[in-house]
Amino acid sequence: MADAAVEALTTFALLVAGGLLTGLVFALVALGLTLVYGVMDVVNFAHGEFLMLAMYATLGLALLGIGPLVGLPLVAAALFLFGIVVYRIFIRRLLAGPPEATVFGTFGLLVLIQGAAQALFSSDYLSVPNRPLQGTLHLGPIALAQSALVEGAGALVLTALVFAFVEYTETGRAMRAVAEDRVAATLMGINVQRINALAFGIGAACVGAAGALLMLSYPVYPTVGSQFALTAFVVVALGGFGSIQGALVAALLVGLLEVLGGFYLSPELKMVPVYLAYLVVVLLRPQGLLGRR
Amino acid sequence: MSTLLEISDLAVAYDGMRALQGVSLHADGGEIVALIGANGAGKSSLLRAISGLVRAARGQIRFDGADITRLGADRIVAAGIAHVPEGRRVFASATVRDNLLLGAYVERDRSKRAERLAAALAAFPILGERLGQRASTLSGGEQQMLAIARGTMSGPRLLMLDEPSLGIAPVLIPQIYSGVRRIAGSGTAVLLVEQNVREALAVAARGYVLQTGRMVLDGPAAALRDDPLVREAFLGIAS
Repeated sequence: MADAAVEALTTFALLVAGGLLTGLVFALVALGLTLVYGVMDVVNFAHGEFLMLAMYATLGLALLGIGPLVGLPLVAAALFLFGIVVYRIFIRRLLAGPPEATVFGTFGLLVLIQGAAQALFSSDYLSVPNRPLQGTLHLGPIALAQSALVEGAGALVLTALVFAFVEYTETGRAMRAVAEDRVAATLMGINVQRINALAFGIGAACVGAAGALLMLSYPVYPTVGSQFALTAFVVVALGGFGSIQGALVAALLVGLLEVLGGFYLSPELKMVPVYLAYLVVVLLRPQGLLGRR
Repeated sequence: MSTLLEISDLAVAYDGMRALQGVSLHADGGEIVALIGANGAGKSSLLRAISGLVRAARGQIRFDGADITRLGADRIVAAGIAHVPEGRRVFASATVRDNLLLGAYVERDRSKRAERLAAALAAFPILGERLGQRASTLSGGEQQMLAIARGTMSGPRLLMLDEPSLGIAPVLIPQIYSGVRRIAGSGTAVLLVEQNVREALAVAARGYVLQTGRMVLDGPAAALRDDPLVREAFLGIAS
């Protein structure tokens, strides 16, 4: 009797730890999405494809002998630049058009990048050779995969860094001003185009870093982004569009629900509690958990 | 005083609709100039053209001797023009302090920022008691004071105010205008758009009257107060 109870509790603790660690990675992915939405009202449908590109880039570096953790800053920097280029030549023009333009435009970007990846890399599932951190860490009766721990901790540190940048730096303050009222921000002498480009670059760098972390435990394939992007959309809507703290809280909740649902219901039904929670929140609090208005 | 702002033959159009045509205006350093006119006469359009929010279709805007007609809005702030827009547009979720610091975005020198913060708080002392509060918690009048104070934080030589007394509790209007006088007294020129014409012509040295996008009258404020057109159309006095 007592043994069964202890075992059930241990399992539950293990699932909670796993769910929170998964949630932290979701938070980093969702952070990029919510930042871009908050600053320029653009829902970047190609966000998951940016993640996929980052995962292929991490794989490429690994094949050259640079492991995912060493490669992380390189991939994040590359995605930052990629984001700025995409903003400058593409998003900026979409913003000059009607509001639907960014929806169709970024969706088109999704199709383009995914198609290009299919053509270039085929549909095979590819993993980093000689993955590091394959061991487990034992905390009493709880055993956690080292890779999951590093992914969660890395995502938490990077989320905190982005949050600190937005909250406590001069440029972050300007970014919040643009998010709130771009005309008033312009009248402060803030170059809105430059802030937009920077936010888009940071949004891409978030999935750059997330992609490198995920290669510790995931394979990459051309449609891998869709799966994460879908979760990220739920996280952003659940937490409140544009809210960084909201994204973090919602991501942890989604990670928990997904892992607990996957275990106690069945792996195929793991998203059911997530979408149920989403429905309940959207019905009762349409602005999301920490969203405004 | 030399001419600080000089606008000649300015035209502005939105989607082909003329908002301003053949408008000329000048303002000297440190003077308060009132711009009056009915709703839709083009007062806000003129301010928006000066601050670079809309492009002039023709004409020229010169500031401190340089042509700023095609300059980006952010550069115009750096050049020394601040525009306090209609409806205040303070950053509601940011604190009063952050709003003021955003006003000083183009100024990188910390000691100058501190000086300007002190001057802004001297012009509007109530803001000093509200520094840590979110702007959304301020009353309308306090938000207007914040918007004006924020405008001064870039150290402008020309401050443009769009309807600073609109929707403000009447008891607060003297406080707002005493702040504006103080700002002008320190050498900043003020271009004042006001529907409260009596107030505007009391504080201004000179004034301009806009009617359906054209400048129809200008002169010393005292002369405008006695002008039959102004008396009838804006002061509600039958001639």
